[in-house]
Amino acid sequence: MTLLFSPDRAAELGEDQQRRDAVERAASAGLPDTTSEVWRYSPIADLDLDALDIVTEPPSAELATPDHLAEALDGLSAAATVTVADGFVVSVQVADGWEAKGLQVEAVPIKRYEPADGSHLFDHLHAGFAPDGVLVKVADNVAITDPIVIRSHLNRGVAGFTSVKVHAGPGSEVTIFEYQSSDGDGLIVPMTQFHVEREATVNHAVVQDLDHQTWQIGRVVSTVGDHATLNSSLIAFGGKYARLRTDSDLAGRGAKGELVGAYFADGDQILDYRTFQQHIAPDTLSDLLFKGTVDDSAGSVYTGMIHIHPEGAGSNAFQTNRNIKLGDDAWAWSVPNLEIENNDVRCSHASTVSPVDPDQRFYLHSRGVAPTVADRLIVAGFFEEALKRVAVPAAAQMARSLIAAKLDERLARR
Amino acid sequence: MSGLTIENLSVNVAGKEILSGVNLSVKAGEVHAVMGPNGAGKSTLSNAVMGRAGYEVTGGRVTLDGVDLLTMDTYQRAQAGLFYAMQAPTEVPGVSMHDMITAALQSAGSSASALGDTLVREASAIGFDAALLERSLNVDLSGGEKKRSETLQMSVLGPKIALVDELDSGLDVDGLRTVARRVEQLTNDGLGVLLITHFPRVLHELQADRVHVLAQGRIVKTGGPELAFELEQTGYGNYVEESPKQSSAGGFDDLFNM
Repeated sequence: MTLLFSPDRAAELGEDQQRRDAVERAASAGLPDTTSEVWRYSPIADLDLDALDIVTEPPSAELATPDHLAEALDGLSAAATVTVADGFVVSVQVADGWEAKGLQVEAVPIKRYEPADGSHLFDHLHAGFAPDGVLVKVADNVAITDPIVIRSHLNRGVAGFTSVKVHAGPGSEVTIFEYQSSDGDGLIVPMTQFHVEREATVNHAVVQDLDHQTWQIGRVVSTVGDHATLNSSLIAFGGKYARLRTDSDLAGRGAKGELVGAYFADGDQILDYRTFQQHIAPDTLSDLLFKGTVDDSAGSVYTGMIHIHPEGAGSNAFQTNRNIKLGDDAWAWSVPNLEIENNDVRCSHASTVSPVDPDQRFYLHSRGVAPTVADRLIVAGFFEEALKRVAVPAAAQMARSLIAAKLDERLARR
Repeated sequence: MSGLTIENLSVNVAGKEILSGVNLSVKAGEVHAVMGPNGAGKSTLSNAVMGRAGYEVTGGRVTLDGVDLLTMDTYQRAQAGLFYAMQAPTEVPGVSMHDMITAALQSAGSSASALGDTLVREASAIGFDAALLERSLNVDLSGGEKKRSETLQMSVLGPKIALVDELDSGLDVDGLRTVARRVEQLTNDGLGVLLITHFPRVLHELQADRVHVLAQGRIVKTGGPELAFELEQTGYGNYVEESPKQSSAGGFDDLFNM
């Protein structure tokens, strides 16, 4: 039996019947079934759980800082900086003055998230093995004007379970910048939860920059209250198979959920997004724009569901996914869905998968731009529409430099 | 031989012959107008000379200063000194003119270090808002701004020969005058221009040395500037062969053989 199915190992994190029970459920659940819609197109059956070790205490080694992270953090004044390694919160630093103003950042046990409907192996494993997570709590009517930086790293050969919970009190404002990296083969199961109360604003971006041998099965779960806004950007470049599912409940009247995706898969990577947006209150807005590029034999999956419930009168929902297919063997699945149970709504969805536009190419070539350079400009330019919507400027800037790095690497190979 | 020489050029588009043996040569500093009715093959000529995919050259030669262009890719033709000012320039989201010209100069092994100042100076000379230099190429530009943008790029890239497709579309009278003056200055410095136009109007602002009438895929008449003004009076009727009479019975074939 794999270590991941051992309740005794889970108990090393603290004797807790709930952990044991979760690991038991994991053992009986087994790997998800790829014939079910939410796991279609995924290579999850190839994940070798037996090869993974689990970690029951925080690693001691210092984390190295990659150049592009150093660049993004250079000159950035952070309200708090948190470091997470193999799922363990190893340091929390809050800048002077913010605690007194109403910002709380600490490592605490995070309530397990196992949805009754649709929970799977990785949710159970998360419930069984996640150590204390990061809690960010903002007091009512306080604006935290500097970002909170959460850096998470996974060491080689292990399974890590991270938790971040952000609770924005009524009328508050906060910005969260997550950066995720890893060293090699391994499994990371990140879980980020947002509770955005009445009239609060949360700006969030995650830049996933995992090693190309790492698996990721992640979730972002949010509840957005009356006239509150969550702007969340899911930016992904790394991973072998990196999956992120978002469940966004627009639960209060006038709640807004803005979702941005930017991803670039090459080699044999697969980047997989599943978005679920529930309009369960009147006058809610969901606005989603995902843009991605696939090269070599890499693939991407975007499946999105906007569900307007009977209570969602006056809602607006927009969903757009655009993909550039650079490599002949690259592939992108794009499946936007709408389920509408109220007539008084405005909805749109669009999706495209196409090679670099031949007219744009010709235009640049006709000015004397060499073909590989022209493609590089067009692809970088393609992402701008999405990156302009990223509400965390440092994350958008880091995305630009990681896209440029992928494109430069591509140029160098040709 | 100096300048652009087109000899007996035939071009197919989607398997159909559009140009059937075009002969034309443009020397440094000259302005040649190619005029003709809609569908005569004017845009096919510029696209084929520039090497656009889908324009299949089935015969003839095209050289620039004696160098064969037809074996080159589009970007190499541009680097050899050819420029194509398009009738409807393509929108390129997220790529600015500054980025593109920088890449063009670097692709050709030139320095782009003084480019910023040059662009601002040239923009001001033709009334192009300098703020647009850093915005997405041709996105949300008016027709007139697009023509100014094309002219500006021509000035900065300094080609030997420019193919200029419908220079006046989208420009008002003052705009056309400004842009035409700039092109004229470039010809004084040696630029050769192949001006493709349906309407003679543009030739009031940019004097042509020679005027060619293109009809049914061939140059059917060549003359001096007066030919353009004759066309202004008479139209293209004299140069268009009457279409073969269609059978009155009609049918699906008529719908598809347009």
